Formats: sequence, structure tokens, C-alpha cells
Amino acid sequence: MDIHEYQAKELLANFGVAVPRGGVAYSAEQAVYRAAEIGGNRWAVKAQIHSGARGKAGGIKLCTTEDEVRKAAGELLGKRLVTHQTGPEGKVVHRLYVEAAVPIERELYIGFVLDRKSERIMLVAHPHGGMEIEEIAKSEPETILRQTMEPAVGMRAFQAREVAFGLGLPAAAVNRMVTMLMGCYRAFRDLDATMVEINPLVLTRDGQLLALDAKMAFDDNALFRRPNVSELRDHAEEDPREALASEHGLNYVALDGEIGCIINGAGLAMATMDMIKHAGGNPANFLDVGGGASPERVANAFKLVLQDKKVGAMLVNIFAGINRCDWVAKGVVQAVQEVGVKVPLVVRLAGTNVEEGRAIIAQSGLSIIQADSLADAADKVVAAWKGAGRN
Amino acid sequence: MAIMINSLTRILVQGFTGDKATFHAQKMIEYGSKVVGGVTPGKGGQSHIGLPVFNTVKEAVDAVYPDASIIFVPAAFCADAIMEAADAGIKLVCCITDGIPAQDMMTVKRYLRRYPKEKRTTLVGPNCAGLISPGKSMLGIMPGHIYMEGKVGLVTRSGTLGYEAASQMKDLGIGVSSSIGIGGDPINGSSFLDVLALFEQDPETEAVMMIGEIGGPQEAEAAMWVKENMTKPVIGYVAGLTAPKGRRMGHAGAIISAFGDTAAEKAEIMRSLGLTVAKSPAHLGEAVAEALAKRPAKRKLVTR
Repeated sequence: MDIHEYQAKELLANFGVAVPRGGVAYSAEQAVYRAAEIGGNRWAVKAQIHSGARGKAGGIKLCTTEDEVRKAAGELLGKRLVTHQTGPEGKVVHRLYVEAAVPIERELYIGFVLDRKSERIMLVAHPHGGMEIEEIAKSEPETILRQTMEPAVGMRAFQAREVAFGLGLPAAAVNRMVTMLMGCYRAFRDLDATMVEINPLVLTRDGQLLALDAKMAFDDNALFRRPNVSELRDHAEEDPREALASEHGLNYVALDGEIGCIINGAGLAMATMDMIKHAGGNPANFLDVGGGASPERVANAFKLVLQDKKVGAMLVNIFAGINRCDWVAKGVVQAVQEVGVKVPLVVRLAGTNVEEGRAIIAQSGLSIIQADSLADAADKVVAAWKGAGRN
Repeated sequence: MAIMINSLTRILVQGFTGDKATFHAQKMIEYGSKVVGGVTPGKGGQSHIGLPVFNTVKEAVDAVYPDASIIFVPAAFCADAIMEAADAGIKLVCCITDGIPAQDMMTVKRYLRRYPKEKRTTLVGPNCAGLISPGKSMLGIMPGHIYMEGKVGLVTRSGTLGYEAASQMKDLGIGVSSSIGIGGDPINGSSFLDVLALFEQDPETEAVMMIGEIGGPQEAEAAMWVKENMTKPVIGYVAGLTAPKGRRMGHAGAIISAFGDTAAEKAEIMRSLGLTVAKSPAHLGEAVAEALAKRPAKRKLVTR
């Protein structure tokens, strides 16, 4: 789960990370009020969407008068911002964050991630912050500073000092940097984050270190024990179908093709999508019904996939281990009767209780095409889609 | 021989009295696995499907001497269950449950390393279908009948894609020595490399099929190890060629982030290191058959 910049800053501030003064605003009037509250005469009005690279897309405006703040806020609210992280459809701005603009001496990069190779939390840092960090990581990987944290003891101060000195910070700022890094690490650990990124982290002209931007992402599997994090979820930022899917315990990702898919297991789902492509079709979605798919869950999966009007044929491919084919077959029959599937439907069942499952489908009297193998299923669904298209 | 489990392996079920554990324990017993009991805290002393229930893994170890355990407890309690099994000295633990917090797995992996190598627990999973040595024993949730007894090792991230491979092989008359599902999570117990090393040592395994997914460094690492160390042919496949870049596809394990992470890049790395790569997921069985046919003559002696 992702959260907004202002939420991340609030969480990190509780762990001793220094952030500029700021406040959230839902209207132009409120933005002006926030600017007055913060004081000074330079403010940044920042669009709050779940994406990086907002500055380049025109989502961050520097203002020096209250009128400018009002104007900037008016322009940003309701605007659709397209960044290279949002995809072409972009994201609509519903919230702003008004922040004191600070005089910057240097910009740095720090990020904490879960590193799959070492299976530990890793700190990556670079003396130059900004948006080119990904290119730098590729072209000059040796300039990236790294520390991996031993899970039993956590991050140690010497590791933070090594990074602080490695970044070439003035001696007076080193202790502040240690506090900042240790705070980020504790937030990562204590809140079950999967990413904490401060880009840029700035050294101000008066020697302060401040998190100018902050991004945090969290482990969905751990939200059950982090109620204060899970309440930060912003449903407006999520694809409505993906959000609906997760409510039903389904993993769904919308894609561009025409063949709707319901499959158990992420690996088999991806392989089936590969196979559809191989057979000359394009998958409309990725959908993993997961282990122990009950008839209700299968029916929900059908409803979800059929919301996509591009879908011209459907393929259900279940290889049952933890699932049972008879359950899945009942779910399919129930869904077809309840939802009214108007496109050709190919079902391939295999595994536990497969004979019972196939019999249930055969005896249902519904026009369901049964397939024996993965290749057969992909061929049949693509043929059915092409056939339906011609009529 | 097979790897990790054989007909003598004594199995303990953690989270024994739950619905899924009960169903799959019965399936394992029907298959011929030696299930010796289970653990459900608070239900110790009872009998469940004719087998004893214990409150703790230690009590079970003292009473019924399990060699392996299979975990069905809810995700929130899995880290604890794995550590309890390791602390009680169980050498092989298979965790079926999915949805375990990543940082819990980080702690689990660290915990397992506190034991010296010869006493260390091997963890398979989590978020996996388990293990099977066809005709000998099943420690998992797979449909046992789709696996034919034979000489090809199978190691997969995805459970259901592993079933697909096994059933395609069976259709071509190719059997499996052992099949290990390592699970789809970003941090898992045994890696591809760990399992390949065991297959290399196993005299009954003559070739290995390895099926990966997008995301993570394990497939590339394993392919490099194969080139340096493996004498047996390895056939690979990586699911997710059509997965859009940068999208998360269900498994946390499937986050595409760096070079060598996409399915196409992984397949290319495998090919460049001398592995045979199946051309589509419908050709998993055929690719194994071709690799077996191409083996040098000296390998044939083993099959005698």
C-alpha cells in the first residue's frame, strides 16, 4: 500500500526525521490559510498523488505571495497529472500539501528497501538527489552507498555514520544525518514498510537537514497489525476494480487485451497469459483466485472480469491442489447462471476431484466449452473469441 | 533416493485441526505419507482423524519423533510456527500458508541461522505447494496422482505451474524423482540454488526442470551456479513474458524492478548459461523429453 507525501512526513516526523513546516489543504482557501499559518514568504504548493516525478509534471508550484498560493492551489486541485509513474491515464489531484520553501545548499538521496538478494533491509544513498537517481544507479553503480541491516540488532549508529561521511556532509551535519537515518530505519521496521525514500534530502544554507519529499510503501500482508497505517489508505488513488478485487481476496490487474482470465496461482496465471499470446490472443486481465477458491469467490471473479467491456471471451484455468475442481465447477456454474455470461467461456479443470468437476459442468446444460490442456484451452478461447468477433 | 523426503519421513502437521490442514492431511495419508500427528495449541491430548494432537512441537517431537513438519497456521502466526519447529529440532519444515509479512520472513531466516549447519532446519516455502517424492511421500497440497515416479527433478516457484509441468511430463511418460515448490514470496526458505544442489547430489535424478517467475535474483543466480557446478541437464522456463513492466502481479515476489528481473531477461540469462528453455508453458514436458534425448551416452549408464 502506498501513502501520500504528507502522510509519510507525518509518520517519519514521529521517528525524529526533520521535515519542513507544512499542512494539508483540500481547497484554495485552506491552502492560503496553511501558508499564513506556516509563515515566511516562500511556499511550495504540492499536488498529493501516489506518484513520484510530480515536479516535472507541473504538480509542484513555488509561491511568494498568498495570491500566488491561492492561484496555484486553484490550478492544481481537480487537475489530472500525468507523470512517468502514473501511466498515460494520470491521476486527479484531490489534496494539496503547502510547505515552507527552504534555501537549499545541497540535495542528497536516501532510500530504504527490502533487498531480495541479501533478504535484509538495505539503505542506499547517493550524494546527488533528484530524479536522475535511477540512471546514476545504472551508469555509475559504484557511486551508490549501501548498508545492509542485520535483522537481530537493527541498524547501528556506525552504519549511519559511514553513510553520512560517505556523502561528504560537513562534520556539524553528521549527527543530524545519523538521527535521520536511524529514524527512517525504525519507521521502516516498526511500521512494516517495504520502502522509505527521501528524495531529495536537503542540506539547507543554515546547516539543517530536511526531508523535502518522502515516499513510503507498506507490506499489504502486515496491515492487519498496523491499524494506524492502514487507515491512511486513499481509495481515490486506487484502480476501482483492483480495490474491489482485493476486498474479495482476489488478485486482479487490468490489462489491454480481450480474453478475460480466471486462474489459480500467480505463476499459472502468468503462464496462461503467455499461452494466450502464443495462440494469437491478448489477455484482458491477470486474475489469481488464490488458494481455497469457494463458489462465492469464483462468482465474484466472474463479475469483476466481466465489468471490463473489452472482454470478448473468457478462460477459466484451474489446476486444483488446495482448490478442489468440484468447488470451482460449482462456482463457475453458479456464476454463469447468476451473472449471465454472454461471451464464449472456455473452462479447463485439472487436479484434485477433476472428474467430479468436469461432470458438474457437463451436466449443467450451460454452453461451456471444456478444454483438456493448457494449449487446448488457449487455442479454444482464442478461436472462440475470433469466432464471436466475426458474428 | 529422491531429495528431502522419502517413504520413511515422519510428518507432523502444524495447525492440524483446521479445515484445510485436515483435508490435506487426509490426502497425504491416502497418498502414503507417514503422518504421525499434529499440533494445535490448546487441543493437546485430543485425537484428530485418528492421530494424536499436541500443544507444542516439542511435545510432539518427544512422543512421535517427526522428521518433517507442514504448516497450515494463519499467516500472522507462521513465523512463530516455523521458529517453534526449528527450535524443536525438526530438520525439514514446509510452510504452505501465503500472505506472511516480509519482515517476519526476514526474522525467520535470521533465526534459522542461529543453529550450526548440521543441525539447521531446511525451510521450504512459504506460499508454496510443498514437496512430493512420487510413489514415496507427499508433504504438500498437490494432487498426488498427476506425478509419475521417475528421474527428473522439478523445482518451481508457482505451485500450479509446477502441477502443469508434472502432468505434461506424465503425458509423455516422464516421471519425477522429487518436486519442490519453493514458493512465490520475495523472501523464501529454500532457493532454486539450494534445491538444484540437492538434485545434483541425488543419484536418482538425471535432469532437472526449473520454473521461475518475474521478479527477484534467484533464477539468474541459480543459472550461474548450474553453469559452474551442475553435471545434469537443466531445463528452464520463466512465466510472465506478457506481464507489463513495473506492474505488481499478485505475488510480492513478482515485482519487476531491475535488470534480470523480467521473464524475457531471465530466459535469456538461462539460455546464455547453457540451460534449455521451454518455448512456451505448453511445451514444458516436450522440452524435458528433448533434453533427455540429447544427453551424452555416459548418462545412459545410470538408467540401466
